[in-house]
Amino acid sequence: MRIDKDLVAASATPLVLGILAEGDLYGYAILKRVGELSGGSMQWTDGMLYPLLHRLERLGYVDSSWGTSEAGRRRKHYAITPTGREALQERHQQWTVVADALRQVWHTAPRPPAVTEGWA
Amino acid sequence: MAQPELEAQIDRWRSYVQRRQAISPADVDELEDHLREQIAERRATGLDEDEAFLVAIKRLGNLDAVSREFAREHSDRLWKQLVLLPESAHDDAGTPPWRELAVVLALAVGAGIAVKLGFTLFNNENAFARNIGLLVFPFLAGYFAWKRQLTLRVGAVLVVPFLALAIVLNVYPFVPGGSTEILAVLHAPVVLWMVVGLAYMGGRWRSDGRRMDFVRFTGEFAIYYVLIALGGAVLVGLTLGAFSLIGTDFEPVLGQWILPFAVPGALVVAAWLVEAKQNVVENIAPVLTRIFTPLTIVMLLALLGVIAAAGGLADVDRELLILMDAILILVLALLLYSISARDSLARPGLFDGLQLLLVVAAIAVDAVMLTAMLTRIAEFGFSPNKIAALGLNLLLLVHLVRAAWLTIGFLRGRRAFLQLETWQTRYLPVYGAWAAVVVMVFPPVFSFA
Repeated sequence: MRIDKDLVAASATPLVLGILAEGDLYGYAILKRVGELSGGSMQWTDGMLYPLLHRLERLGYVDSSWGTSEAGRRRKHYAITPTGREALQERHQQWTVVADALRQVWHTAPRPPAVTEGWA
Repeated sequence: MAQPELEAQIDRWRSYVQRRQAISPADVDELEDHLREQIAERRATGLDEDEAFLVAIKRLGNLDAVSREFAREHSDRLWKQLVLLPESAHDDAGTPPWRELAVVLALAVGAGIAVKLGFTLFNNENAFARNIGLLVFPFLAGYFAWKRQLTLRVGAVLVVPFLALAIVLNVYPFVPGGSTEILAVLHAPVVLWMVVGLAYMGGRWRSDGRRMDFVRFTGEFAIYYVLIALGGAVLVGLTLGAFSLIGTDFEPVLGQWILPFAVPGALVVAAWLVEAKQNVVENIAPVLTRIFTPLTIVMLLALLGVIAAAGGLADVDRELLILMDAILILVLALLLYSISARDSLARPGLFDGLQLLLVVAAIAVDAVMLTAMLTRIAEFGFSPNKIAALGLNLLLLVHLVRAAWLTIGFLRGRRAFLQLETWQTRYLPVYGAWAAVVVMVFPPVFSFA
């Protein structure tokens, strides 16, 4: 199942912040983690991650530092900041509300049989 | 692990991405790291190099969309910013970034000290006016000598005209306030500017391309100098106002210390700014040319109309002739800067037609002036001023007529634009030579009157 791209975009910020809250990472590793967490069904355009990371950095949610990879290349690492943690907390609450509301809708509405196919 | 094929592909990709203005070199590094990780992982699952590269590129996404996203995040990057002191010198040839600034400031202060010394050394105003260029321009030439790392031989060639001018301007027994002295004062800077040009071109004096670069430099330099002067004037005005309200007389300090240092110093600084910005910020002179070419055509036509209505120029005074000379030089500058910015491969367009109109109108004005001058000379005889003006007008006429001829040929598709361009660069030294003649030959011929 592919996830709708608006949904991917909306969840990108909390997802990245949440992943960075587990520990500092670089771009490629963040994307790999996203793949693992969603079982491969959240497909990002790889290049789009970086403008997002730069935006989060400008907002003060993450910090970046240049290091070197095992192969000796320049590599930029990202770490979440206290402001970022607050933002993550807030997003968490928002998403909990959304998820709760949706869960109730799923319970009351009967599930149409073919709805899982052809969503994306 | 040597993978020449893959490395070449990544290099090509890099240079392709780097052309995007919104993506900075550091971002490209970051993306490249990503790309290489992705390739390594694909290779580990059994894909070959090419396949892995293609998959990695595909997953990176449409470059246009990605760079749009970068642009949205970094909109400032779409405005070219002038970085005078690069943050890290790691891609430079090891020269510390502040060294150039130090050289520039030293030369600027040096020019200020030279002018200040000149004030005290030359006890009369005329002698100071004759030497002012000699006090300042060597520092400008010195900056380019340093910047271009001129060889000793080239440097020596540059020193000769400075020395020759210094000797002529100070040894000739000028009659104080005479025409030949005023002419020398007016023409010496032209000669000196040509010498600065030689330094700018770094010894490649015969190269048409380098000459055109110097033309471009001259236009940008003039604009930057004016901008600096405007900023300085605002600052001085505010300071003067504040000091006078407080009750302190600021003018002696301004006249004796600030202006003698600021005015020549700004010349060196302006030259440095133009050098630093040449690749980064768009040239402004050609933009102004676009705006002013049509306006100048209207002005020239109006002028011709007024002259025709008045029935010729026979009894006009000298000031008007000087003013008209200035107008013709303006036309020449417009011509030169639109040529300097034009893509020589582009087809003839509307603007080329406008330019032809401008040149033809200028030729008409020049012809009227030459008639008036010849009439005056026939009536009152020769004088240094008249000959200098006549000479300049003849030079301008030759320049404009040939330019018009070549433009017509270009518009009709008979000639390449390049011919028009080389005509400009080949002809420009003639003005320097003429200025040198006015400075060096006129005074003895007219017995220093």
